[in-house]
Amino acid sequence: MNAPPLAEQFACGLQAPICLTWELTYACNLSCVHCLSSSGRRDPRELTTAECMAVIDELQRMQVFYVNIGGGEPTVRPDFWALVDYATGHDVGVKFSTNGVKITPEIARRLAGRDYVDVQISLDGATAEVNDAVRGRGSYEVALRAMGNLAGAGFAGFKISVVMTRHNVAQLDAFKAIADRFGAQLRITRLRPSGRGADVWDELRPTVAQQRELYDWLVAHGTDVLTGDSFFHLSGFGGALPGLNLCGAGRVVCLIDPVGDVYACPFAIHPSFLAGNVRDPDGFAGVWQHSELFARLRRPQSGGACESCSAFESCRGGCMAAKFFTGLPLDGPDPECVRGHGEQALAAAAAAPAPRPSPDHSHRTAPYRPGERQPVPLTLSARPPVTACNANPLAGFVPER
Amino acid sequence: MACAASTEPAGGFDLDAPWQLDAQVRVRPEAFGALLYHFGTRQLSFLKSPALLAVVRLLGAQPSARAACTAAGVQAEDLMRYAHALQTLAASRMIRKRGTV
Repeated sequence: MNAPPLAEQFACGLQAPICLTWELTYACNLSCVHCLSSSGRRDPRELTTAECMAVIDELQRMQVFYVNIGGGEPTVRPDFWALVDYATGHDVGVKFSTNGVKITPEIARRLAGRDYVDVQISLDGATAEVNDAVRGRGSYEVALRAMGNLAGAGFAGFKISVVMTRHNVAQLDAFKAIADRFGAQLRITRLRPSGRGADVWDELRPTVAQQRELYDWLVAHGTDVLTGDSFFHLSGFGGALPGLNLCGAGRVVCLIDPVGDVYACPFAIHPSFLAGNVRDPDGFAGVWQHSELFARLRRPQSGGACESCSAFESCRGGCMAAKFFTGLPLDGPDPECVRGHGEQALAAAAAAPAPRPSPDHSHRTAPYRPGERQPVPLTLSARPPVTACNANPLAGFVPER
Repeated sequence: MACAASTEPAGGFDLDAPWQLDAQVRVRPEAFGALLYHFGTRQLSFLKSPALLAVVRLLGAQPSARAACTAAGVQAEDLMRYAHALQTLAASRMIRKRGTV
């Protein structure tokens, strides 16, 4: 049993992912300013119900025991509940992320009766003011109502998922109190400059002092609070945090996006990290096992300048996606390196434009911001219809001779 | 990521009792050993060696955990380390004594 540490073995890749994120749709009723997948509008190429079921069959064969389903807002897919039932009936447990819009008392009761289903409600402020500034007007109320419905139905231990920003680090205790009030578990994750997050990262990312506050808070709360392993870049402050402390991209983690594209990680939606598509002849298993990108990620990685740093053993240079979307080299420090190397690297990289996240499915209209009034985009037709019921666009059209 | 195997076991492990994998647990072999997932607790555990995987697979067919270890080729001097690993699995409900629910 004197094998190398597990994290080292994981870095070489596994038969199948441990932590698979599957975004079912780019459609969303919200337009959160930091959306990591730039969601909003459905993509016409999204996987059909039958294709989704085929993916689930494949996950069952690969023994992927559970998937993290997200979006967009996955529950707006009309076949969402059918897909959840299909997955759990095929030994694939489901944890899905939602803003809560469809979690009615009836749905909550249905979910509470399921063994293999977990629910994660997104909330980015412990108060409506802080939350709605990021997630949109009314979204706090919707999330809290969903939590109330779940708790009321006896669904114990659902998750409340918070992206940490400059405006909510001070609310950590308040988030914990909300979770406790509903018998839920708090999960906090890192704000990445992915998707629309790239546009707001500079103004929303926690300050250096807040990173420290966050680290201390995490150390004090231990495994009580989930983090999805997203704060390992903070371990340079002291001891490593609970978890694998490893960038799992393409090694233990990957993303299937709504059109079936497979990316190295949910925060790396960009052609540079695209490994293949589940519609490829060998399906998802073929992509996971044979993609060149994943093979490259599973070879030993160079820490570059970071290797001489005393914190490298625990932080491993931080998050690949955070580096990529801020224009930093992948073998250098994380942009939020707690030793300050990130700030220097960012200053050095400022001259060249960082890669833009793509694709973009954002709503074409801007989300409502308090205090703003916007014009309604509307074009009035100048020509009345030929007859009351002739909807043919060519009605009345006479070609010139 | 939740990793039940990091939980420190409490007390000793009954090597002479009959044990089995919980019915809600699935096993995925990997190069390092195996991945265990408990559908009831939604916890993951890692078996950190192929030899431990062999022990776990043999548990249900052997009269005791000790016999399963022997059948899997575990040497006497290594037995306590395996007992420790099994205790961790018992604490996270991945394995349980046969005849208990």
